[in-house]
Amino acid sequence: MVASNTSAPSTAPARARPRWAARRQQIGAAYAAPAAVIVGVFFLVPLVLVLWMSLHDWPLIGEPAFNLPANYAAIGRNPLFADAVAFTLKYTVIVTIVLFGSAFGLALGVQHHRRGVGLFRTAFFLPGAVGFATASLLFYGLLSRDLGPVNPILQALGILHRPVSWVGGSANLALGSSIGLVVWRFAGFNMLILLNGLQAIPDDLYEAARIDGAGRWQQFTAITLPLMRSTIALVLIVMITGSLLAFDQFYILTNGGPDNSTTSIVMVIVREAFTRFDLGSAAAVSVVVLAALIALNVLQLQILRRGDRHGDS
Amino acid sequence: MTRGVMSNRLARGSYYTTMTALAILFLFPLVWAGWASVKPTPGSGQPVGYGLGNFVKLMHYGQGLPTYLFNSIVIATLTVTGTVVVSTLGGYAFARFRFPGRDLLFLAILAILMVPYPTLLIPLYVLLGWLDLQNSLVGLALVLMMFQLPFATFIMRNSFEAIPRELDEAAMVDGATSFQVLTHILLHGVRAGLVTVGLFAFLASWSDFVVPLILISSADRFPLPVAVVNMQQNVFGSIDYAVLEAGVVVLAVPCILLFLILQRGYVRGFMSGSLRG
Repeated sequence: MVASNTSAPSTAPARARPRWAARRQQIGAAYAAPAAVIVGVFFLVPLVLVLWMSLHDWPLIGEPAFNLPANYAAIGRNPLFADAVAFTLKYTVIVTIVLFGSAFGLALGVQHHRRGVGLFRTAFFLPGAVGFATASLLFYGLLSRDLGPVNPILQALGILHRPVSWVGGSANLALGSSIGLVVWRFAGFNMLILLNGLQAIPDDLYEAARIDGAGRWQQFTAITLPLMRSTIALVLIVMITGSLLAFDQFYILTNGGPDNSTTSIVMVIVREAFTRFDLGSAAAVSVVVLAALIALNVLQLQILRRGDRHGDS
Repeated sequence: MTRGVMSNRLARGSYYTTMTALAILFLFPLVWAGWASVKPTPGSGQPVGYGLGNFVKLMHYGQGLPTYLFNSIVIATLTVTGTVVVSTLGGYAFARFRFPGRDLLFLAILAILMVPYPTLLIPLYVLLGWLDLQNSLVGLALVLMMFQLPFATFIMRNSFEAIPRELDEAAMVDGATSFQVLTHILLHGVRAGLVTVGLFAFLASWSDFVVPLILISSADRFPLPVAVVNMQQNVFGSIDYAVLEAGVVVLAVPCILLFLILQRGYVRGFMSGSLRG
């Protein structure tokens, strides 16, 4: 492994203690060895293996056989995949906007120290302590017509006239329910990250702006947003990546329905592998997703860097 | 003057009204799940009166709640222990030693965050088969550990770096070995990091659904989340939502309690420390 390679040239500055330095290197490598083994066996090997598998007809049970480029060619012909890509992109755009807006709003709300703010922060973050699958199951009951309180409450308020099937009624309702679940579960976590960025902005900047007569909105656009740039970028990258890989909410809450209208890309991968027993095809879709995400991340980082240079000048 | 006070009071009032309403909105689903699991629901395990009937029904579902709880506890214990030990040793190595491949290894660990998990789960399914770890709780815990490593190693490296080097150098001069320095001196200083890493490893491994869904195939080894989802999806006829919410309560309560107990000192420290560092 990487860490046990101690034959490389030593970086010790002084000649007086080369043996001590070499010994110290070996000890350091030994402490890092368990991490290196885990990363090697359970991350780097699978990364190579997924590429290898995508070149083969690889049934769940039985011998694999080389079949390049059949798995990749099949992706283009799979209508479910094209629909899943379209749906996942649409979902990503909507959920990123809604979730980012909610998280930023909450962060601004709990930004200043005043009485009770700690309680508000805890309340907003608490759903984030619960597992996402658990949260999906919770919402499955919460939105159900049998047990759920949502329909009766909305009916009592006069907003609804008859009960609605939130999860399976229509494609839009299913999508809306999933977005509600995701905002509930993740808004608080993103709020904390954004709050961290907000609190890193020195108070005197706002003070100076106020003295210059800047209003709230001007302070927000001229100070808060520019100085939050890297935090916002981090939050957006995490949100977009997470949304493109969405699975739990659609597998558990909507079960991909109604009529496959909420089937995400990761659901297609799992179906290829464990419903159609075609691991080679699942591996090929995984490789395509990986390539797309790497391209996206490189693009995002470049936009970010260009923006930084622009900001400096 | 009085107008200013009035508008101030009004602004403060509307602030607290909005925030309280939002807080209730966020807490409502959790409170509702608890209430729905014990309230009377016709056709559920608790048809009349308040009580624990749904939990009793859950006890006997499938392989029985004790089996699933046992599996979940084993997975969480192995993952938390493994993550804490490996990331402590790794963080110590990255913070205090120079060795060939050091930066490369650190990059490889962080790269885990960049790779989508389904890209890894399909080959891991095959690889664990080769290693005789398919359908095994140990194999599952090792995979969950790998997913925890980027965050855990990052936190532990930062925790060790925050301790002045003079401390270990003094001990070394007195003849202490590097391992004695770690266990006797440094471990005390990084305990906030240890608790943060352990807490997040617990929250992730206790609640994870996708990884066991793919890597575990026999029902007697399912952890609780997979078992409860199966209960939801494999029912013919009507779903017993009340028992489902009882399952949600069993899954959620340990996470909420641990979080509330540990958040004050540690999670806040993690938020301000790691993201700025």
